[in-house]
Amino acid sequence: MQSLTNRSKIVSNKTMTWSERIYLPAILAGLKITLVHFFKKKVTLQYPEQTKDHGPYFRGRHVLKRDDQGRENCTACGLCALSCPAEAITMIAAERKPGEEHLFREEKYAIEYEINMLRCIFCGFCEEACPKDAIYLTEMIPTADYTRKKFVYTKDMLLEGIEPKDRIDISKRRKGIREGAM
Amino acid sequence: MAAALFYALSLICIVSSLIMIFHKNTMYSVLFLLVTFFSVAGLYVTLNAQFLAIVHIIVYAGAIMVLFLYVIMFLNMSHIINFQKSKAIKIAATATGLMFLLVIIAALSSATYNGNVTAGHEIGLASTLGHIIFNEFLIPFEVSSILFLSAMVGVVIFNKKDLIDE
Amino acid sequence: MELIIFKVGLIVTLFLLSLLIAAYSTYAERKVAAFMQDRIGPNRAGPMGILQPLADGLKMFMKEEIIPQEANRYLFILGPAISMATALMTSAVIPWGPDLNLFGQTVSLQVADINIGILYVMGVVSLGIYGIMIGGWASNNKYSLLGSIRASTQMISYELAMGMSIVAVIMTTGSLSIGHMVSSQAGSTGMAWNVFYQPLGFIIFLICAFAETNRTPFDLPECETELVGGYHTEYSSMKLGFYLFSEYVNMFISSAIIASLYFGGYNFPFMNIVQENTGEIMFAIICAVVFLIKILFFIFFFMWVRWTIPRFRFDQLMNLGWKILLPLSILNMLITGFFILYNN
Repeated sequence: MQSLTNRSKIVSNKTMTWSERIYLPAILAGLKITLVHFFKKKVTLQYPEQTKDHGPYFRGRHVLKRDDQGRENCTACGLCALSCPAEAITMIAAERKPGEEHLFREEKYAIEYEINMLRCIFCGFCEEACPKDAIYLTEMIPTADYTRKKFVYTKDMLLEGIEPKDRIDISKRRKGIREGAM
Repeated sequence: MAAALFYALSLICIVSSLIMIFHKNTMYSVLFLLVTFFSVAGLYVTLNAQFLAIVHIIVYAGAIMVLFLYVIMFLNMSHIINFQKSKAIKIAATATGLMFLLVIIAALSSATYNGNVTAGHEIGLASTLGHIIFNEFLIPFEVSSILFLSAMVGVVIFNKKDLIDE
Repeated sequence: MELIIFKVGLIVTLFLLSLLIAAYSTYAERKVAAFMQDRIGPNRAGPMGILQPLADGLKMFMKEEIIPQEANRYLFILGPAISMATALMTSAVIPWGPDLNLFGQTVSLQVADINIGILYVMGVVSLGIYGIMIGGWASNNKYSLLGSIRASTQMISYELAMGMSIVAVIMTTGSLSIGHMVSSQAGSTGMAWNVFYQPLGFIIFLICAFAETNRTPFDLPECETELVGGYHTEYSSMKLGFYLFSEYVNMFISSAIIASLYFGGYNFPFMNIVQENTGEIMFAIICAVVFLIKILFFIFFFMWVRWTIPRFRFDQLMNLGWKILLPLSILNMLITGFFILYNN
C-alpha cells in the first residue's frame, strides 16, 4: 500500500563492494579521525583552579546580607521559612538591645538562623519572600562532607563579613532577578 | 653438571607424571602433565635439540593441553570424580594396561643400545631435521599430513551430521 | 667472566625496561585515550601526571587482598604469576643492536641468541594462555570461566595465522633466529625492511598480535559489557595488578617483535653512513634508541587502535581468524615460496 506521509525510508541491505568488505580503508578512516582529535584543542576545565562562570540565574548556597554600614538586614520575620517548600529554614528571633544598633538594622533580629542544605532544593523562594533584602542565593556551592550534621548551616556560616573584602557580591543575581527572569 | 641436570630433570619428569596419574583433581593432573612436558623439553635441550624442545612445548603444552584444559573447564570435571566403575571395566582396564606393558617390554628388549648420545651433535636442529624429513622420510611425512586431514574432515562431518540428514 | 657480567647486566636492564615501559604504558594509555577524546587525562600526580603509575602501583598494593572462599587458593595465586612470568620471559631473544666487539670477543646485544628465537617467542606466548585459563578457572566464577575459555579459544585460533605469517618471513630469511632476521633486513642502506616485501604478512601478523595480547578490538576475554571483568573478575589488589601489568608487558613485547620482524629492528635509513662516522659503542646505542622509538610507535599504535575500533563479536572473531586470516596467511606463504623459487 502506498505511504501517506512520504516520511518512511526504504532500508536497503545492499551488498558491499570488495574494498568495503576488507574493512581496512574504513579502519584507516577511523584512525585518521582519532588522530585529528588527538591534536585538537582540549575542552577540559581544570576545576578547582579554573571555574566556569555561572549565569545570573544560578542558585547556589545562601548568604545573609548586611547593609552598607555593616548591620544585619534580617529581621527574623520568618517569611523565608514559611515560603520554603522543603522546610529547610528555621530561626529563633531576639530583640535588639540598646547599644547594638551598629549590629542589627531592625529592632528584631535572628539570634539563630539555620538552613539544612540536605533539605534545601535551591528554589530561591526564600529570597523572593524576603521583604528586607536579607537573604540571597549565591554562586557558591555547598561543599561535600561526611556527616549530616555538617550540612546544617548555622548563622555564622551564612552571614557575610563586615569588611569590604568579606562581602559577598550578589549584584549579578540581583540584576538577574530585576530583569524578571525568575 | 650435565649429568646432574639430567637426573634432576628425569626425577621431576617421573614424579610429576606419577602425580598426574594419581591425583584425583583433573585440573591438577593437567598441570602436572604440563610439568612433565617441560622436563622432557629440558632433556631435549640438554641434547642440543632446541628445535625439538620448543616444538614439544608449542605443540603439546601450548596447543594440545590447552584444549584438554578447555574440555575440563567446560565439563567441570573436578566435581565428578566418582565414576561408576563396574568389575568388568576394572578387569578390562588391567588387562589393557598389562598388554601395553608387554608391548613396551618387547620393544625395549629388541632395541639396540648405541652408547651415550653426546651433547653437541646437530640432529635436533631445525635445518638438520628439515633435511631428514624432506629427503629420507618425505613420503611418510606427507602421508601423515593426509592422515591428519582425514581426521579433521571426519570431525567436521560428525559435527554437521544433523545438517546432512536434513 | 666479563661476558657473564655483561649478559646479567643486559638481563637486568631489559627486565627493568620492560617493567618501566609497561608502567608508563598504563599512563600513556590514559593520556592517549584522553587526547583522542579531547580531554587532558591524568595530570595531578607530579608535573603532567608523570608520577601517576607510581600512585596506581601504590594503590594496587594497598588494596585489600580477597581470595574467594570457594576458589582454589593455589591455582588462584598461580594464575597471575604465570601470566607475569611468561610475559617477562619473551624479551630474552629480542636483539637490541648489532654485534659488538667487547672484551676481545663478539658480543650480541641479545640476552640469548638461540637459533630458534622466533619459535621460542611463539612457545612462551602460547604458555601465557595458562595464566589466564588457570586464573579464570580457579576463581570459581562463571564470568571468569567464560572469559578464560574465550581467551584460550581466541589465542589458539590466532596463533595459527600468526605462525603461518611468520613462516613467510622465515622463508625469506632462511633462519629461525631473530638476530639473523633483523640483520638480514639491513640491505645496502638499512631500508630492506620486511614490510616492503611482506605487506600482506605484516597485516596478518599485526591483527594476530592484537588478538594474542587481548587488546581491543579483540579484548573479548575481559569484555566488561558481557562478562563483568572477564577472567579477572574475582581478582583484587596486586594480583589484579599483575594481570593488567602483564597485558602491557605483552604489548611491549609484541611491539618489539613486530618492529624486529617487519620494520627492520634496529636498522634505520642511511645507517651505513652513520656507522662509518661514529664509534662502535656509540653506533650500538643509536641502534638501540632507533629500535626503542619503533617499539614506542607500535605501543602507541596499539592504543590508537583501541580508542578507534569497537569490539568484535565472538563469532566474527572466529570467522576472521579461521576463514580469512588463516587462508590468507597460507596464500601469503605460497606466494613467498613461488617468488623464492622464481628468483633462484
